[in-house]
Amino acid sequence: MAQSAAVEPTRRDFLYIATGAVGAVGLAAVVWPFIDQMNPDASALALASTEVDIGSIQTGESVTVKWRGKPVVIRNRTAEEVSAAKDAPLSELKDPIARNGNLPADAPATDANRAATGKENWFVMVNVCTHLGCIPLGQQGEYSGWFCPCHGSVYDTAGRIRKGPAPENMAIPVYSFLSDTKIKIG
Amino acid sequence: MAGHSTYNPQNPLLKWFEARLPIGGLIHSSFIVFPNPRNLNYWWTFGGILAFMLVAQIATGVVLVMHYTPHASLAFNSVEGIMRDVNYGWLLRYLHANGASMFFIAVYIHIFRGLYYGSYKNPREVLWVLGMIIFLLMMATGFMGYVLPWGQMSFWGATVITNLFSAIPLVGEKIVIWLWGGFSVDNATLNRFFSLHYLLPFMIAGVVILHIWALHIPGSNNPTGVSVKDKQDTLPFHPYFTVKDAFGLVCFLILYCWFVFYLPNYMGHADNYIEANPLVTPAHIVPEWYFLPFYAILRSIPSKLGGVICMFGAIAVLFAVPWLDTSKVRSANFRPLYRQFFWIFVAVAIGLGYLGSAPPEGGYVIASRILTVYYFFHFLVILPLLGLFEKPLPLPASITESVLGKGAAAVTAGAPSAPQTK
Repeated sequence: MAQSAAVEPTRRDFLYIATGAVGAVGLAAVVWPFIDQMNPDASALALASTEVDIGSIQTGESVTVKWRGKPVVIRNRTAEEVSAAKDAPLSELKDPIARNGNLPADAPATDANRAATGKENWFVMVNVCTHLGCIPLGQQGEYSGWFCPCHGSVYDTAGRIRKGPAPENMAIPVYSFLSDTKIKIG
Repeated sequence: MAGHSTYNPQNPLLKWFEARLPIGGLIHSSFIVFPNPRNLNYWWTFGGILAFMLVAQIATGVVLVMHYTPHASLAFNSVEGIMRDVNYGWLLRYLHANGASMFFIAVYIHIFRGLYYGSYKNPREVLWVLGMIIFLLMMATGFMGYVLPWGQMSFWGATVITNLFSAIPLVGEKIVIWLWGGFSVDNATLNRFFSLHYLLPFMIAGVVILHIWALHIPGSNNPTGVSVKDKQDTLPFHPYFTVKDAFGLVCFLILYCWFVFYLPNYMGHADNYIEANPLVTPAHIVPEWYFLPFYAILRSIPSKLGGVICMFGAIAVLFAVPWLDTSKVRSANFRPLYRQFFWIFVAVAIGLGYLGSAPPEGGYVIASRILTVYYFFHFLVILPLLGLFEKPLPLPASITESVLGKGAAAVTAGAPSAPQTK
């Protein structure tokens, strides 16, 4: 039936396609609110910040604060922890990116890029395992850093993934020192 | 849903109604006179048991919602209120919580029965796929229901499972935030899980209707796997199979009640009686027992994306079973090699379940890797090759012959005008 292919489109064909197109656009426009309602709303998005007094945190102690529903650990690292993190060659790291919200996205995962700038004993990190979101336990595991009890991920003293299923180093949140004894997270 | 209805109501009111909505005829042809193979064993009663469990879960669930508060700061206490204050609240909650476990016990038996007797083979492929869709919906419903009491296991189970989606390249993080409605599992997550937990059982009920419809086109498979050839191969559904199903159900209910009244928390976790704490992960997170084999597969792969792909792949491969099994013979009773591989597979599945509950270290990890490889090997290599190399045993000529022996079958076959017992 080669002839039928040559038949000119009629006004009815045009109306049929135009109606379908408008219907499809309308459907998409209605579907979007039903999808987007599940995203965080403005109150959740409002980037809440937390101020923490760190003056009382002695060397070798940690404090955990809640930020955006997640635990953020602030640790005053010991000299051994700092040197252990500094001595780890970058080639041994599973994830060579710093994952530091205060630095460019491609910064390498050196200890200097993970710890607080100019205050290498201070260490601030979102204490959430990058595997499936459990909270790793501090000062445990093979590297005396963090160890996730859920699926066995091992992090070093700079929160960098060394063993186990987690793909990334734990995240460093955006933060700043307001004074020597006070930091603001977020 | 199949065959011509012989329903012929005498009551004038029923006659009037039937002419306008022939639902009586539908029920009559589907559940009264429907011809079932006469040799069905008790493994075939689990379909009816599952239908009962779905109704029981919906009934207890609807009642529990009358006393439950879906809010992150109130949910845990409202569940404690159900346990301590609401009249018979303890009973309703234990029925519902243990009911979920019993539902999964029944569905796993039902699935393994299908695998043993080849119930997924031509012409029942669509029936099998619909069953797998029900299984997926059940897992989603069970998971979201376990989050609602807002205990520690609820919270951290929800965190771990939703984080599975963060393994998706590029958009993973966005999807997880979209699922949570925030930056962690919180009130928004609890509310949407509650809404979906209420919705999904009704979607299951819808797919169950399609499942029964698809069953009633070819009719039930049977222990011989030989198709129904003659009317003497079958018996009417009522009273033969209604009674058999009812007896199986009562035995099953004894087990159910034993758990509800004597071991109500046996299949749960003590950590879930601690209110959710976003700052502390329990020392040992374990999902509900019915997810353990898949959880073991997830943990056995030392890569996040790889683990997630294998876990979902372990379920996806079940959908493909009708096309992976190349043997024309349905029942494992006549497949000497498949029968052995089937039982090895059962042991592997149970072994994975055990490993899923063990801590993720040392020999447990190695064992779960070996069993994970075997799980996929069974479906992707053994099933396709076995059909080509295995020499099946001789099949009985008919279902009747398998029940009554060759001589009896020959007599009835030689007397086609013999009066039917009906």
